[in-house]
Amino acid sequence: MGVNPDLQGRTYPPTEPYVVGREKIREFAAAVQATHPAHTDLAAARGLGYADLVAPPTFLVTLAQRAEAAVVADPDAGIDFSRVVHADERFTHRRPAVAGDELIGATTVESVKTLGGHTMVTTATEITTTGGEAVSTVRSTLLVRGEEA
Amino acid sequence: MMQKGDSIGSTTVTLTRADLVRYAGASGDFNPIHWSESTARSVQLPGVIAHGMLTMGAAVQLVTDWCGDPGAVLDYQTRFSATVPVDEVAGATLEVSGKVAKIDDDAGTVRIDLTVTDPGHGDAKILTKAQAVVRLGH
Repeated sequence: MGVNPDLQGRTYPPTEPYVVGREKIREFAAAVQATHPAHTDLAAARGLGYADLVAPPTFLVTLAQRAEAAVVADPDAGIDFSRVVHADERFTHRRPAVAGDELIGATTVESVKTLGGHTMVTTATEITTTGGEAVSTVRSTLLVRGEEA
Repeated sequence: MMQKGDSIGSTTVTLTRADLVRYAGASGDFNPIHWSESTARSVQLPGVIAHGMLTMGAAVQLVTDWCGDPGAVLDYQTRFSATVPVDEVAGATLEVSGKVAKIDDDAGTVRIDLTVTDPGHGDAKILTKAQAVVRLGH
């Protein structure tokens, strides 16, 4: 079974609202060894002009991967997760996520390209507030290895 | 005066198995290749490997240290070009360095290109096209 080329252009329903919590930012910052005080200290974050603790630059992968899971779970997609390798990732931020944000992520399959038995699936997940403010775009490319690989 | 090619410095990132478990919990990525030796070997990996997103997330700290504001990182991308095996005892040690690749005075941004290598595995280049666009001044 291969990846369905008709996935290209398909948009999946948005995630449930995700509330960015202070402790989640602190936990994620510790996990990626992000030591800037704006991730952990409210006064430091406000001193830089932010309303609350600032999420590290890759924090929104947590929400983006929830949204992207809809693609892999789509029975029509033909993606065998055991053959998936993460090929690339990109974050484009209009502003950093901060604690207190209520966000949703909606994933669109931007492209499906098959090369030499492998398939590259690129998704774009738009992260917005529940109020409709655009926050970030998270692009991710999965390489689905062919059967011989 | 900042110039293209200037170094922003370098740092070392050490990762242990406990760090992988911590990242799995914090990120919600529980793929067993990042914590189960038998699963990793069953899919022809040399052993447990680090999450690419952990390497990406840790490497950008050099940029944050340089610019002084994690919220000034407007764009950050990479390709994952090699896996990072994390030995149960020795862990893994990655070398991270960065330099100024592009200065856009009109936009008030600078692009930093990061180099991330694994000296314990033949200096394998772990990330390629690892680029962070940073807004200057705040």
